[in-house]
Amino acid sequence: MTPQDRIWLITLLGIALVALVFIYVIARSGGVPAAAGEVQTRAYAIRRWWFIALLVLGVGVTWATLRPFPVADQRQLLPGAQIVDVVAHQWFWELSRTQVNAGQPVEFRVTSADVNHGFAIYGPDDRIVVQTQAMPAFTNRLVHTFRRPGFYRVLCLEYCGLAHHGMANQFEVVATTGAKP
Amino acid sequence: MNAVNTASVVHPANESLTGAERVVLNLYIISALLVFVVMMLIGLIMRMAQGTWLNVPPNIFYELMTAHGAGMVGTMGLASCAVMWFFLRKYVRLHLAMFAANYVLFMLGALAILAAVFIGGYAGAWTFLYPLPVHSMGQWSVNAAALFMIGYLLIGVGFLLFYLDAMLGIVRTYGNLARGLGLNRLFGGEIDKTHPPAVVASTMVVIVNSLGILGGAIVLVMSLINAYVPSLTLDALLTKNLIYFFGHVFINATIYMAVIAVYELLPRFSGRAWGVSRPFLWAWAASTVMVLIVYPHHLLMDNVMPHWMLVMGQIISYTSGLPVFVVTAYGALTNVYRSGIRWSLPARLVVLSMFGWAAGIVPAIIDGTISANLVMHNTQWVPGHFHFYLLLGVLPMVLALMFHLVDARKVSSDGVGRAGLPVYLIGGLIFVGAFLAAGHVSAPRRFAAHLPQWVPYDRAGSIGAALVILAMLLFTGYILGGLLGASDNAPAADAAR
Repeated sequence: MTPQDRIWLITLLGIALVALVFIYVIARSGGVPAAAGEVQTRAYAIRRWWFIALLVLGVGVTWATLRPFPVADQRQLLPGAQIVDVVAHQWFWELSRTQVNAGQPVEFRVTSADVNHGFAIYGPDDRIVVQTQAMPAFTNRLVHTFRRPGFYRVLCLEYCGLAHHGMANQFEVVATTGAKP
Repeated sequence: MNAVNTASVVHPANESLTGAERVVLNLYIISALLVFVVMMLIGLIMRMAQGTWLNVPPNIFYELMTAHGAGMVGTMGLASCAVMWFFLRKYVRLHLAMFAANYVLFMLGALAILAAVFIGGYAGAWTFLYPLPVHSMGQWSVNAAALFMIGYLLIGVGFLLFYLDAMLGIVRTYGNLARGLGLNRLFGGEIDKTHPPAVVASTMVVIVNSLGILGGAIVLVMSLINAYVPSLTLDALLTKNLIYFFGHVFINATIYMAVIAVYELLPRFSGRAWGVSRPFLWAWAASTVMVLIVYPHHLLMDNVMPHWMLVMGQIISYTSGLPVFVVTAYGALTNVYRSGIRWSLPARLVVLSMFGWAAGIVPAIIDGTISANLVMHNTQWVPGHFHFYLLLGVLPMVLALMFHLVDARKVSSDGVGRAGLPVYLIGGLIFVGAFLAAGHVSAPRRFAAHLPQWVPYDRAGSIGAALVILAMLLFTGYILGGLLGASDNAPAADAAR
């Protein structure tokens, strides 16, 4: 299951839950009106519990998703990483190398020669693997270890003008010992 | 001037309009409706172009995209202002001239933006991300970019005038903004249940959106100076921060203005008052702070941002959802549950808006998680979630007020609701669902042309958009006919249920 599949599933479940609550309340909105105070007292008592549940869930998800921190340290260089310098231009990508090894960390040093661009790496299955922004006068360090060999497409995900949608390049991830076939 | 949130009167006497007020309000409503329909048609054209059902050259596509973004955000703001003005004027004194000035400046700004886009060829997106407006590779001129930004400035000045007038009214009536927001009752003391939710929401909006617009004005002036004095270069990261601060606060302020319609209208049909409570005041106080500091969630892929800001962006994205779920949406459901509500069209619209808002922030909150943003940022997931709570959340709030006004002049809009609302809802769900599903398979947003594997989603989205437009045409025709054609049925005499 890709990260996108997990996100999609959680979203659908969340929206379905909200929808079910609305459908339940709408279905029970008619008939003889109940006393407002009575309904409120009961509803607020229920609310206390799911509010606490949401808080606990939020803390748990925050902890789980921020450890390890998903953005590379921008000052601490990673020893032994394969370095790829990336310069974005209107409307092409300049990559210092077009082949990297699977199973070893790759450090992309991403900048722009003109406007803002989005450096997005699409895997062989055409799903985004990872991304960062390409900004003039700044260099974003992006560290990723590719597990799956194959051709990876680079697309621009920050609107950058007339040929934004055509701004593409690719690189190859080659198998090394220990990498998945 | 004190709150009268009487639950059972649908058209209370203190909501009647003078001739001049009616003219200005009608101008807001009619302009907003017409622009919404035109912008929706532009949206449909873009989705059909991506779906290869229409051939639209990239330069035209990106011009349409720029007009659609600026037009929808601006007009949503304009329409939401009308909601806030209509209800807030019952509690504090507002000057019609300021409300009218906002409209005039908005129209002047809109003209400048339209000229910049459709005559000057400006296609730098509504976000005018530096330095794209002045680096178009010959596609448009610096003058066109400057005209676009001047248009924004004009609109911003109009909004500020309206907000300053509202601030003045709130301060005169309640002593200061803190009391308007109910901060004096956060930690103790008896809650004044007659304090109107409309005042609480309006106070929050005038605080946050004045700051948001000032942030926007700063970056617009900086960008204008840079346009004509290129040697004065700007910091791309700083401008990005300012732009997203402004953009985030502005679009969220539209929701907080429009939600006043829910607080005001729903009790009239459910028969249950919606008074303020301590959790309600806490929710709005917390939202006031959170809406100002959550914007770094737009910059989660800017790795050079201070990482504590990225963490803040994620955490505040989560906590921002709590007031929506815990207070407003749940409060609305509590208001409706076993109430014997009369399901008039405005009532149905406000409940739909609560669903759209609550459900729409589910994918938005998930996108605020850094590790999720790594694979979802700037895909169609993003228009998926913001269209969810704008199309199925904010617009129904605005439409609820419009139908409420028409109902005061005609017998009932229930018939048009029965015909149009299911089409609007089904079309809207297909439309936003197609965006989210395309984001799930990594289809990028803001692409004039799509790879073949993304085309089916574009086509499904086009069908959804066409259905929404069909319903909107029906609604627009009915509202325009109601506002311009029928005579006033003396709203004060109207009893509710």
